[in-house]
Amino acid sequence: MNELKENTAIAARDEDGYQAQEITQFIVVKFGEEQYGIDIKYVDNIVRMQHITRVPKVADYIKGVINLRGEVIPVMSVRLKMGLEADVETKATRIIILKLEQHGNIGILVDEVKEVVNLEGSQIEKVAYDTREDNSSFIYGIGKYEGGLISLLDLNAVALDKEMA
Amino acid sequence: MDVSQYLEIFIDETKEHLQSLNTQILNLEQDPENEDTINEIFRAAHSLKGMAGTMGYKRMQTLTHDMENVFSEVRNGNIKVKANMIDILFQCLDALEEYLDNIQSSADEGTNDNEPLIKALNQILTGEESGGEETSAAKEAETAKEEAPAQEAAPAAPEEDAKWTTIPIGDSETTVIGKALEQGKKVYGFTVYVQDTCILKAARAFLVFKAVEEHGEILISRPSAQDIEDEKFENDFSIVVISDEPLNDIIKAAENVSEIEKVVGGVLDLDSAVTEKEAEEAETAATEEKGEEKEVKEEEKASTAVAAPAQTAKQEKKPAQNKPVVNRTVRVDIEKLDSLMNLVSELIIAKNSLVSISGNGSSDASDSTAFNEQIEYLESVTTNLHESVMKVRMVPIESVVQKFPRMIRDLQKKLGKKMELYMSGEETELDRTVVDEIGDPLMHLLRNAADHGLESAEVRKERGKPEVGSIHLDAYQDGNNVIIEVSDDGGGIDIPAVKQKAISRGIVTPEQAENMSDKDIVNLLFLPSFSTSEKVTDVSGRGVGLDVVRSKIEALSGEVDVRTKYGEGSTWSIRLPLTLAIIQALMVVVGNEKYAISLGSIETIENITKEDIKYVQAKEVINLRGMVIPLIRLDSMLDIRKERGENDNLVVVIVRKGDKQAGLVVDELIGQQEIVIKSLGKYISKCKFISGATILGDGEVALILDANAMI
Repeated sequence: MNELKENTAIAARDEDGYQAQEITQFIVVKFGEEQYGIDIKYVDNIVRMQHITRVPKVADYIKGVINLRGEVIPVMSVRLKMGLEADVETKATRIIILKLEQHGNIGILVDEVKEVVNLEGSQIEKVAYDTREDNSSFIYGIGKYEGGLISLLDLNAVALDKEMA
Repeated sequence: MDVSQYLEIFIDETKEHLQSLNTQILNLEQDPENEDTINEIFRAAHSLKGMAGTMGYKRMQTLTHDMENVFSEVRNGNIKVKANMIDILFQCLDALEEYLDNIQSSADEGTNDNEPLIKALNQILTGEESGGEETSAAKEAETAKEEAPAQEAAPAAPEEDAKWTTIPIGDSETTVIGKALEQGKKVYGFTVYVQDTCILKAARAFLVFKAVEEHGEILISRPSAQDIEDEKFENDFSIVVISDEPLNDIIKAAENVSEIEKVVGGVLDLDSAVTEKEAEEAETAATEEKGEEKEVKEEEKASTAVAAPAQTAKQEKKPAQNKPVVNRTVRVDIEKLDSLMNLVSELIIAKNSLVSISGNGSSDASDSTAFNEQIEYLESVTTNLHESVMKVRMVPIESVVQKFPRMIRDLQKKLGKKMELYMSGEETELDRTVVDEIGDPLMHLLRNAADHGLESAEVRKERGKPEVGSIHLDAYQDGNNVIIEVSDDGGGIDIPAVKQKAISRGIVTPEQAENMSDKDIVNLLFLPSFSTSEKVTDVSGRGVGLDVVRSKIEALSGEVDVRTKYGEGSTWSIRLPLTLAIIQALMVVVGNEKYAISLGSIETIENITKEDIKYVQAKEVINLRGMVIPLIRLDSMLDIRKERGENDNLVVVIVRKGDKQAGLVVDELIGQQEIVIKSLGKYISKCKFISGATILGDGEVALILDANAMI
């Protein structure tokens, strides 16, 4: 994954050249066919799928814990959390380690990590509150990028659920 | 002099002296003629005074000084020890403790002068001496008086010193000043000069601000409060103050701060004051500053207002405002450190041997034997290292429990019951972090025992018990646990009353209550807001006690239990793990998952056959050497998918918690291993059967089963 990190670093530098207005970098991941964006400032690390130790008697979307360089980090399934069907582990499956202020690190499972994109403020459309329903409540905006749409994940809603406290 | 580096030592030593004073004064109460005790008290008070003086804590110094005077007279035989004197002395100790708390949280002793106490102390002195001799306290008062005239001269100082006259005053201030004048308050200006040699100018300035704020409200300061805080000023700063106290009082207050050279002040004349327009911009900044300052002041005011009647409230408030300025420390026996050092050097040797083996390059048989030897060596070193580090962290619980005799004495007076506290096992050692936390729960339990447990003298007589109730506090080690028990010979828990209460509170239905065992009912007491005391007393009965006790103990991965017999008393026992962080554990396999079980809770491991399983109330049990032990199927309890078919032979790990046992059915044993406990984090706190996780040699995470939670 280091390789990917480097790539993103280069990409960021390239685009820095004509960086004019507020640009947010997102890691684009896929759940099924849908593209989701994760604000890069919350991303600590991206690791390959590894053995996850199951923890009994917790919510089904908590897949368990992994060992990340000596730290025990919980891993959750965003798919199950959002009410999609369960993850199918493939070669492309990754665990994205998020660092969330005050709440420590947590890993989320994604089907595939695609790329890193830079989105300007004008490319992001906020989702109005009253349209938030079901799994759209995990999304705070939609990014338009090269003709495609990227749902921008609201990581606080994804990770910090009341049920989990 | 910059004394902040000594603050830690000061706090530690002051605590020790206070504790010794507490104990010795208790002794004195029992044995008023004991000269050794009096000498000991005198010495402690004397060192306390000296230390407080050195650190510049004047209020503390004054109070200890007056206490010392009393002790000195007692020592000389001029005063006899009396009950009310002891009471006052204890109050003084409480006041000193309050100072210490303030110092610990903010490096400042606070602003409470404790004048009534000082007065009371002086009364003890003069009462016996009939005012014959001049006590040094009186002398001190005189010197203070002498100082006063000197200060009075200050306002007459040359005009150029009075820089406050040049402070620009903005519109908003003008209105505030106008209003203040209408209310009959006075507006003063001051310029404070700090000594050239002063190192911590900002700190001194802060103390001046604080001293002045006791007398009035600081309206403007030049430079701004922020700049002063950042030490962005030369040797002087000016302030404008609204107050209804005389000018000299404020000047005196400010000059009392050490390392202040002089304070020049006078009444501010609004007409002649500078109202430069050019200063407008700076003014707006100053207004903001002032707003902040006001807030701070108000907070402070609020806290001082409640200080006297509710010290506890103040204590709660203070830490919220300020971060503790001192780190927690452990005093370590030099021998323990030496052994640590030795182990570390052994570790280095072991590492070097490994390096040299791998450096050889060849991989013949002799190398692999040497390698294995070194691994074994390394293993023994790390085990010893762990033990040594653990020992360094261990402190006797004495530091916590020694304050209890005093507390019981106070309770005795407050509750009007006679009681005696017997303690044993004070030398029992626990991890420092645990010892720090255990004080409050124990205090709750002792108070409960004194208030709810012990009956009034009449009832005791009726029941044929001695009039003086006894409370025992016993600590001892039991395997990998430390047990602390608080027991009383009082009335015990009235189980039907608890049941009734639980029903009336809607905690359980009458049907449920009918089916509950006595133990279950007693456990209801640990629920939040459950208090059986008919009347709420000062001491306990608000129903916040026991649930707090339990949650605190559980946070330390311990547990609390109660045994009671109606009419004969009850025993509360707290079971705490000896160590945190690293434990010996048995690794087991269930299904295809690995789990660790703390060796401390394992009794035995048994091989049983299917036929050995019996059924009691449709639950699986085994009869093991005459004991009926319930079986717990780990696979179904932990929702583990069954991989293999039911075996005829079962491996059962017998775990115990107190006097209860249970058998955990596992598929396979891996072996004993030293494991490092890691927390599962906040995300996964719901699983009560898991107490943590550990990382195995192969990098995999294994969960640690909490056998206690399963029983």
